[in-house]
Amino acid sequence: MSAKINQWQNFSKGLLKESPTFSLILGMCPTLAVTSSAQNGLGMGLATTFVLTLSNALISMLKSQIPDKVRIPCFIVVIAAFTTIVDLLIQGYVPALAASLGVFIPLIVVNCIVLGRAEAFASKNGVGSSIVDGLGMGLGFTIALTILGMIREALGAGSFFGNKFIDGDGIIVFILAPGAFMVLGFLIALIHYVSGKKH
Amino acid sequence: MEYILLIISTILVNNIVFAQTLGICPFLGVSSKISSSVGMGAAVVFVITIATLITFLINQYILVPLHLDAFLQTLVFILVIAALVQMVEIILKKVSPSLYSALGIFLPLITTNCAVLGVALLVIQKEYNLLESVVYGFGTAVGFGFALVIMAGIREQLELASVPKGMKGNPITLVTAGILALAFMGFANLV
Repeated sequence: MSAKINQWQNFSKGLLKESPTFSLILGMCPTLAVTSSAQNGLGMGLATTFVLTLSNALISMLKSQIPDKVRIPCFIVVIAAFTTIVDLLIQGYVPALAASLGVFIPLIVVNCIVLGRAEAFASKNGVGSSIVDGLGMGLGFTIALTILGMIREALGAGSFFGNKFIDGDGIIVFILAPGAFMVLGFLIALIHYVSGKKH
Repeated sequence: MEYILLIISTILVNNIVFAQTLGICPFLGVSSKISSSVGMGAAVVFVITIATLITFLINQYILVPLHLDAFLQTLVFILVIAALVQMVEIILKKVSPSLYSALGIFLPLITTNCAVLGVALLVIQKEYNLLESVVYGFGTAVGFGFALVIMAGIREQLELASVPKGMKGNPITLVTAGILALAFMGFANLV
């Protein structure tokens, strides 16, 4: 019974309390670069979740084999392998997504969240909890990216997941880089404000 | 002339931080003091320029002839960059201890700077030749250092300003970066 609760806590901590994007400020490059639309944010989030979960699982399995001194290069090789797999899968099955995410798919390899979880969690815990941790963190990242993408798409293009709800263009600056910085800044400020009030 | 334009475009028009949103982690992490941001900028210029040169040569003369570039590129590039950063660290320690202690903690951080891997992959996507790639890498890195120093200057002043409680820390930094990025959009169509 208690083990079940622990797994649930393990899974849900990534969603809000330790959300990689909103509270740990990790993985900022893809967060800012690909969230010009909700669909791109969702795609990037799912691709990262895939890499995060599988690399967490494999690193956890290999943790007793990997010498402590060279663990970081070993982790990077595992992560790079899964990143290449997801890169080729997206290119093969969803070429449109591959075109709009571009160089940011191979860049999952340097996403601090993935290496961070490998180092902080998977190298110390069992396979099962590492998979759960990867899924939770990945889902938290996906949700954050999708929310950010939805706000930017609504303001910048006047559409929701590609369905236009206004005529003409939106405030184009929100789909460009300045909008990314500002929307994320105000979103984190809102979360600080709300969580500060609770305490 | 062509190369001068490429440098101007990578520093101002397509600034890696403000237009392409790459290398944000070190940009947010190391931009609180001007002195440390200059150190980080210098280290990044050094590593990106060499990394672009080496990854370009490896891709051109090893991966492409063996038809491995589709599925080994990411893996090989990140390992080359990690090894390179380590090597630069060792060489600097021996050759110029003063520069080494000045860059000190920033060197190992560069491996996870996605601007390094980003530039290495972008020059191959853009099908640049060797010289263009190195110039592009150098210009991008200078642009990164430039962004870092501007941001550090603003953040040093920002400490004196009274910021609303919820906006303190990362939010105000992100909004400031957004306004700076807006300013950098003024350089569009310059080249």
